[in-house]
Amino acid sequence: MIRIGVLALQGAVREHMRSLEACGVEAVAIKRKEELNEVDGLILPGGESTAMRRLIDKYDFMDALKDFARVGKPMFGTCAGLILLAKELEGYSEPHIGVMDIKVERNSFGRQVDSFEADLAIKDVADSFPAVFIRAPHIVEAGENVEILSKHNDRIVAAREGQFLGCSFHPELTDNHRLTAYFVDMVKEAKAKHLV
Amino acid sequence: MITGTDLVKRGMAEMQKGGVIMDVVNAEQAKIAEEAGAVAVMALERVPSDIRAAGGVARMADPRIIEAVMGAVTIPVMAKGRIGHIVEARILEAMGVDYIDESEVLTPADEEFHLNKRDYTVPFVCGCRDLGEAARRIGEGASMLRTKGEPGTGNIVEAVRHIRKVNAQVRKVVAMNEDELMTEAKLLGAPYEILLEIKRLGHLPVVNFAAGGVATPADAALMMQLGADGVFVGSGIFKSENPAKFARAIVEATTHFQDYKLIAELSKDLGTPMKGIEISSLAPEARMQDRGW
Repeated sequence: MIRIGVLALQGAVREHMRSLEACGVEAVAIKRKEELNEVDGLILPGGESTAMRRLIDKYDFMDALKDFARVGKPMFGTCAGLILLAKELEGYSEPHIGVMDIKVERNSFGRQVDSFEADLAIKDVADSFPAVFIRAPHIVEAGENVEILSKHNDRIVAAREGQFLGCSFHPELTDNHRLTAYFVDMVKEAKAKHLV
Repeated sequence: MITGTDLVKRGMAEMQKGGVIMDVVNAEQAKIAEEAGAVAVMALERVPSDIRAAGGVARMADPRIIEAVMGAVTIPVMAKGRIGHIVEARILEAMGVDYIDESEVLTPADEEFHLNKRDYTVPFVCGCRDLGEAARRIGEGASMLRTKGEPGTGNIVEAVRHIRKVNAQVRKVVAMNEDELMTEAKLLGAPYEILLEIKRLGHLPVVNFAAGGVATPADAALMMQLGADGVFVGSGIFKSENPAKFARAIVEATTHFQDYKLIAELSKDLGTPMKGIEISSLAPEARMQDRGW
């Protein structure tokens, strides 16, 4: 059985768990770093990245999250989670987990009144995917090994680099689970590789 | 591409779940709140306990205060407008405030009608004491709820009453047969369609935070345990002796609301909490929760 964790310090945890369960895998809310050992992949949910970061530091999660990345387990960051994954943040000298070779700008579409819904074409996922952008970040620059999966108005809003998947929007807020299913496949592949 | 949809407005509140929203009256307090791990701040001219003490008519804050707070932090900024005050709400929306609280903490501008919140691109949070009130606000377009509690008292008893009431009534609706819902809607004074939605989902269609009397980390954890999705803290933080420490303690207690050893640790040496007011000592006209319907 594939088990996928959702970092449960703050944010849209329940929605991601529901989406994972709809994809037929076991979802685990991760509140303590030890629990990371029990899962094959991890979702970093939407929420407030500054609040999550404070709790990550407070509970000494940072090294455990970096180790999780180092052993090759897949990680999927949505919105605030994308910010946590990025190696570089526009306007900040230090990243958070800093494992995915992208540069991300926070709140780059404006304030809440500018938040929007749009249909996106996402490579290998869907020709038309309902995406909900809430005070969303976007990927300003992507490294050469990063595959760009989707753009909105010329801005990169979804990308993959090997074991890392990130998007600006909130796939967990709708009933379309195809992007989650794409991540579940990444986790299955990674797990199969480690078994052989 | 469309803005101001239910998904976008309700989704914004979903992202705040498990977090603490703190009342602040200036940029400096806003920074302390952000640094402590608040998921949003509520920009105000005065915290509720000071509004209570000052008396008179309480209105939307000076836009300059709200602007200063918006300029100081990267987390969302909320602000309060008076119940039914269409223009205060439009001003806050025009300023780019991320969420408006149509709040009974301020003196109502309209004693009969709440705002038609569906008209706005900006999302709204509203207070509720029971499911009827919650469903009416959702019907008007509120994208987030909070308990009314009794603001500025530092007394959790009313917020506990309100969260228990709403959740008990939600459980009842979910367990009912669909053919019983119209009568329940009539009895609650709730829109029928909202009750149908609650029954279908098994829970409220928007998040419901605790507010109105949270004064300690244990209070915050209590409200989470009773089913709140997150916590608003008004007067408690910046009326305490060490606001930064107090704010961090509330945030942690909200995240780990069932870790009692941890809450014991972070409740140590917080100094004197706000004094608090026994509810029965309030004159009827001083009860903020009875504003709105």
